Amino acid sequence: MMPPPAALRGAAPPLLRAGRCGLAALALLAAPMALAAVTDPAEMLRDPAQEERAREIGRELRCMVCQNQSIEDSDADLARDLRRIVREQVAAGRSDAEVMDYLHARYGDFVLLRPPVKPETWLLWGMPVIALGLGTGMILAIRRRRATAPDAALELSAAERARLRAIEDGKGR
Amino acid sequence: MSPADGREATAPATPAPTTPAPTTPAPRAAASRRRLLLLAPFAAAAAAGAGFYAMLRGLGTGGYDPKGVPSALIGQAAPDFTLPPLEGADRPGLAAADLRGQGRPVLVNFFASWCVPCLIEHPQLTRLAREGVPLFGIAYKDKPADSLAFLRRHGTPYIRLGVDQPGRVAIDWGLYGVPETYLIDRQGIIRWRWAGPLTEDTLTQELQPLLRRYA
Repeated sequence: MMPPPAALRGAAPPLLRAGRCGLAALALLAAPMALAAVTDPAEMLRDPAQEERAREIGRELRCMVCQNQSIEDSDADLARDLRRIVREQVAAGRSDAEVMDYLHARYGDFVLLRPPVKPETWLLWGMPVIALGLGTGMILAIRRRRATAPDAALELSAAERARLRAIEDGKGR
Repeated sequence: MSPADGREATAPATPAPTTPAPTTPAPRAAASRRRLLLLAPFAAAAAAGAGFYAMLRGLGTGGYDPKGVPSALIGQAAPDFTLPPLEGADRPGLAAADLRGQGRPVLVNFFASWCVPCLIEHPQLTRLAREGVPLFGIAYKDKPADSLAFLRRHGTPYIRLGVDQPGRVAIDWGLYGVPETYLIDRQGIIRWRWAGPLTEDTLTQELQPLLRRYA
């Protein structure tokens, strides 16, 4: 077996060492994320303000291939094409809404990472409120029942009272 | 004597009941309700099992696709486009105008030589072509030489064939992968989209009824 590297055996106090390990782990975690983002300079617009706008639009659009990434984060071929379309349209002076509408018309609601509020999506958007309401209702119902119902379970039945008397008299087992 | 007391008397003598006997006026109703509640987890598990079974079956037959996305273009006119022909394929190029004026519904099929499901669905396309269904092909993001080799090897079921190497026309159709097949009625309206390979079942259960309906 190889001896541990000198740096690990060195004089660094344990806390510092742990910190370093943590940092290294974080760096490892961050690496793939950085790779997945748009890094190809050929794709970027020359005007940084326009590029920033294109990125913001792209972050709102779903990659139809990977489905859980935005087109800005995805490496899929189709995502690259859609990024290019977004940039072309931004460079041509279209507004954010116009660019989004262009893709929404072709790919439907699913392409929007933030689905629009309409009858089909009321349940989706309303779910947090519904869940909160149901939970609150349940808590209130339970509390009311506790408050109104007399503690019937704590009262002894006739048979139990008889047995208790027997025990108290020392005759019970 | 209440029913509860009767039960208490016949029960084996225990040192001290851990749960006091119910003294409510309708203990039997409460008990049966509690028993029903005990069954609830089993009922939930059975329902979930049935649901999962249906999902698995659907995955097997292709009737259920968790990644499937409905097309935004259903009920809309096919997008306008003009695509050049594939050199050497002996078929004219494809434009939006070609989809109308056939006097019957037509199919537009996006394919690529690099796409394995396209190979899987190819016998079904051949069958449709043999049945006389007007079938138009669009080679998506494929090198023309590769498309040509693919069609030479497996046959060309298309009456017209466009080449969309940049994949821009495909985006106008809302395509998100190959193969995808669209049914366009006589007025040029998109009526149906199938994302994935056409299978025998798709043909008999979905496509052929639609072809009859829009004929």
